[in-house]
Amino acid sequence: MVIGLTHYLTVAAILFTIGVFGIFVNRKNVIIILMSIELILLAVNINFVAFSTYLNDISGQIMAMFVLTVAAAEAAVGLAILVTFFRNRGDIAVDDASVMKG
Amino acid sequence: MPDLSSALHLAASELTLAVGALVLLMVGAFIGDKSARLVSILSTLLLIAAAVIAVTGPWGSAFNGAYIADPLAIYGKSVIYLSAAVAIILGDGWMKRTRIAKFEYPVLIVLASVGMGMMASSGDLISMYVGIELHSLALYVLAAYHRDDVKASEAGLKYFVLGALSSGLLLYGASLIYGFAGSMRFEDIAAFAVDHPSTGLLFGLVFLICGLAFKVSAAPFHMWTPDVYEGAPTPVVALFSTAPKVAAMVLIARALEGGFGESHAQWSQVLIAISLISFVVGAFGGLAQKDIQRLLAYSSIANIGYALLGIAAGTSQGLQAMLMFMTLYVIDQLGFFAILLSLSKSGRPIRRIADLAGLKKDRPLTAVALTILSLSVLGMPPFSGFWGKYYVFGAAANAGLWPVAAAGLVASVVAAFYYLRIIKLMWFDAPVDDVPTDKAPVEAKWIGWACAAFSFPLVILGLTWLEPLTKAASAGFGNG
Repeated sequence: MVIGLTHYLTVAAILFTIGVFGIFVNRKNVIIILMSIELILLAVNINFVAFSTYLNDISGQIMAMFVLTVAAAEAAVGLAILVTFFRNRGDIAVDDASVMKG
Repeated sequence: MPDLSSALHLAASELTLAVGALVLLMVGAFIGDKSARLVSILSTLLLIAAAVIAVTGPWGSAFNGAYIADPLAIYGKSVIYLSAAVAIILGDGWMKRTRIAKFEYPVLIVLASVGMGMMASSGDLISMYVGIELHSLALYVLAAYHRDDVKASEAGLKYFVLGALSSGLLLYGASLIYGFAGSMRFEDIAAFAVDHPSTGLLFGLVFLICGLAFKVSAAPFHMWTPDVYEGAPTPVVALFSTAPKVAAMVLIARALEGGFGESHAQWSQVLIAISLISFVVGAFGGLAQKDIQRLLAYSSIANIGYALLGIAAGTSQGLQAMLMFMTLYVIDQLGFFAILLSLSKSGRPIRRIADLAGLKKDRPLTAVALTILSLSVLGMPPFSGFWGKYYVFGAAANAGLWPVAAAGLVASVVAAFYYLRIIKLMWFDAPVDDVPTDKAPVEAKWIGWACAAFSFPLVILGLTWLEPLTKAASAGFGNG
């Protein structure tokens, strides 16, 4: 079997969906949300690289590099915010983030 | 071989800000937290300088079309940089009074401004994404800036999670667009879409619009807005409701009209749906609110609906109306937040709408200013908010969207209720307690009064020079 563009796109779409569901269905831990975000970004990277090879065009791979860099920065900022949240609340359960409602 | 120095010359305003932010960071790191005031002043000057550089700089495109300096970008950038500068001035005093003055606040705003400038001038999907992330990452930190405050860190966390999700959606859309159009550049995408209308491209476009709608807090992607507006420090909220919104609106206009001008029929439907939902959520959601900043969050959702309607029209008149609306709206919002920052009772900022009762006795001038700004945001003629809506509804009606414009009109009548309640409380109700308001900080008070003065008598003069500027900025976009 030849593994073509469609296979890559399908894997990426599945990973993307798992990531989005991970954010909305998960009711336990904020760290899991960070992991889901990472999963979404990596799914997108698969898309970019697959399209880049398919189109024989380098810009998709450049974009993938940018996405990787931004993902690292995003994780750093997210964890830093999570630390301040933990200091104030002593917990990082998702259901805890509910001081404000309405 | 394109000339590097002319490319750098085109991008001079962002370069100034980026280098300036690094220098200011070093200054702050060497002197310590005592330097907060100095760094604030320097950052304000830096932003003003960047606005001047952007306005006087050359036009053109650089870096293989990834960076565009055209009248639209320049107009957007000058509004963005100047409102960010006002947010720094407002924040400096507030941070000092709340005892969280640190030099990072102005530096983060400058870094966010680099990203917002990139958004306004992005000519392809890569620079669009990098611009969005540059400004988002700085704004996530700013939302949680008051790090000992439970609400602020919760606001930061919520903003981060939903913002990151929206970036993910946007990126997935970008990857599909890239794959189906074969290029990252908006120009090439537009050229490709003319003879190859494809479902994949539209699919990507819808994801892209969803991601961008998150950033401008348009309903149904608004869930972060009320919480972030309530929890984040007030000067940061003043920034949130102005500069990033302008940047994202300019980006939406450029991406949709520059990259997908041919599929206007498709994306205008999506934008109209988003506008209509925003009208409803903004108008009805605000009715039950008790917290002033939460109320302003719903007000901003409704107002973004109006601005999107201008883009949905798809004409250069619509784009002009959007720019006009956003400029007048930004001035109103800055005034609103400045006045909010200037009011406190025994050292505590006023947060509840009910606390405004009887303000006319205590601070007659501030009460007048707040009345003018409320009337303006609700769209009462001849205040500035009315003119913004006048342009948007006019453009929408000309493009055949008059039913949507009528719905917007109804929504603004519903929303008038909560602005009129503020006015009634200030002028006709007795104060809840005898505690007088504290002495108002000078900078917040004067900015508030100046914005109010613009919003009523000066706006008539302002319109005469905003009109040609926005017309020049929107020329060349849209179909007629």
